[in-house]
Amino acid sequence: MTARTKRILTSVVGVILTAIMLFPLYWMVNVSLTQPDRLRKDPPDLFPVSPTFDGYARVVQDQLPYLFTSLVVGLGTVVLTLVLSAPAAYALAKLRPRGGRVVDFVMLIAQMIPGIIMAMGFYLIFYTWGLLDSIPGLILADSTLAVPFGVLIFTAFMSGIPDELMSAAKIDGAGAWRTFRSVVLPISRNSVVTVSLFTFLWSWSDFLFASTVNRGGGLQPITIGIYRYIGNNTQDWNAIMATAVVASIPAAVLLVVAQRYVAAGVTAGAVK
Amino acid sequence: MTAMQTVPRAAADGGTGGSRGVAPANGATRPGEREARRRAQRIRQQLVAWGFIAPVAIYMVVFYAYPLFRNLDLSFRDYTLASFITGEAPLVGIANYLEVFRSPTFWPALGNTAVFTLGSIVVQFALGLALAVFFYRRFPLSTTLRALFLVPWLLPLLVSASIWAWMLNSDSGVVNAALAVFGIPQVNWLTSPQTSMLGVLIANIWIGIPFNLVIMYSGLQNIPDEVYEASSLDGANGWQTFWRITFPMLRPVSAITLLLGLIYTLKVFDIIWIMTRGGPGDSSTTFAIWSYRLGFGGGSPDLSPAAAVGNLLIVIAFVFGIIYIRTQRTTEDAS
Repeated sequence: MTARTKRILTSVVGVILTAIMLFPLYWMVNVSLTQPDRLRKDPPDLFPVSPTFDGYARVVQDQLPYLFTSLVVGLGTVVLTLVLSAPAAYALAKLRPRGGRVVDFVMLIAQMIPGIIMAMGFYLIFYTWGLLDSIPGLILADSTLAVPFGVLIFTAFMSGIPDELMSAAKIDGAGAWRTFRSVVLPISRNSVVTVSLFTFLWSWSDFLFASTVNRGGGLQPITIGIYRYIGNNTQDWNAIMATAVVASIPAAVLLVVAQRYVAAGVTAGAVK
Repeated sequence: MTAMQTVPRAAADGGTGGSRGVAPANGATRPGEREARRRAQRIRQQLVAWGFIAPVAIYMVVFYAYPLFRNLDLSFRDYTLASFITGEAPLVGIANYLEVFRSPTFWPALGNTAVFTLGSIVVQFALGLALAVFFYRRFPLSTTLRALFLVPWLLPLLVSASIWAWMLNSDSGVVNAALAVFGIPQVNWLTSPQTSMLGVLIANIWIGIPFNLVIMYSGLQNIPDEVYEASSLDGANGWQTFWRITFPMLRPVSAITLLLGLIYTLKVFDIIWIMTRGGPGDSSTTFAIWSYRLGFGGGSPDLSPAAAVGNLLIVIAFVFGIIYIRTQRTTEDAS
């Protein structure tokens, strides 16, 4: 066997493995297009025989407010996370604050706290503050998923910016804030993208906080939209899967548009 | 702490300044002045630095420390529906914890948490590592396929859980249809106490493979090519190279991956809740699920015992968290 055929064979194996891995996604799309009365067929249709878009019509009919809420909450969480984490990371990376290591350590530990514990604390606190069932409340809760991550990623990236650049800005008369805005932030564009993408995705995907601090709100995110479908009507898997497909769009966009940032985010989070 | 650190350092600086100041007889005050100016500048620098950190520091206190404190406080009180209105809840000491320990759910939940966590991370790690080694061979399409492998990790957990719930459906699920081809009778994956844990494990492993793949792949990239060259010169085959060279050299990365996986898996809630709600009975109830069910699972909220269960979970997570940070430190020191 020549090296060339061996490599092509490896590719074939790779395609098969990927197909197995992604089969559940195919199945989601398949079920989302299947006629409801064919869903209970045994064995199930391996591909949509007479595809229907009724499921997607249901999404448009029922789920648009949920999708819109998720979008608003996601964007709000991104803004809050960036505003809080980028300046702090700049100081940690470049201004040598006393106790900086403690802050780093706190950020590491914070990521390990199970969400359910935070959710209960938030439930009581937001009850007192009147933030239950509100968009700002959900944004605040969701931001805790991303702020420590943001600080750590930004710090790791900004530590790599050469000190000479800072000195140059200082000689030009720029203060710390000016240096941060005009020098550090533009250079850190890649890490801003990484943090924003992950923050949006986590906020978009959140179900735990949505189902606790926003369990009775008028404006609820898409995860609750799907959950309602599952709870109300377990027969309607066609519409559930259509909603699931729509809810997966941000992840798909993220992967296509920003694949290199994704891998960077995964690795940076674990092995700095 | 800050003051104590400042004083000796200033004294030390002053000392050297003084010894230097001996030569010019008239410059006795100038080093002191310079020292004062330098100190003022240092303090200013610290103030600026902490000005940048202050928002996040305040945020961490209000939105991390305070909820944690409220949760801890909650677990030592008897918080009822009336407490929401009056704002008062009597202190009951460790009664909630005793209730949790004596509950018939305690041992099953502990066992399930252990099975779910260990089962997930071991299988995820093994599959992730095998795939990382496979993709490291860099064949045509390898980059694209590796990227596609990330998709399950990026999906909302609720979406993945819904897909698997339907795929594992007893009557109409595609998994049972596939098993039927091999003559295997219907498995009630999520509705039988014997298999519900296996069902949620399969879904969770699927979600965790990409993470393990990416990290182990980056670990492989850090092994210098010369090592492989040397081993192939010595006549080692692929299998020997993996077990004698690759695997030992991946030890630090492996330790970190497994510990991170452990910490993440302890927290898993969405997948189990959507697929089985911890049931049937307690057969797939972990601590995270138990806590949520007590607090928000419907019926009257039992927040105080829920907080107690949550705090047990946090103790377990912290133990492994500390091990993780220590491992990471030693890895950094070694490299």
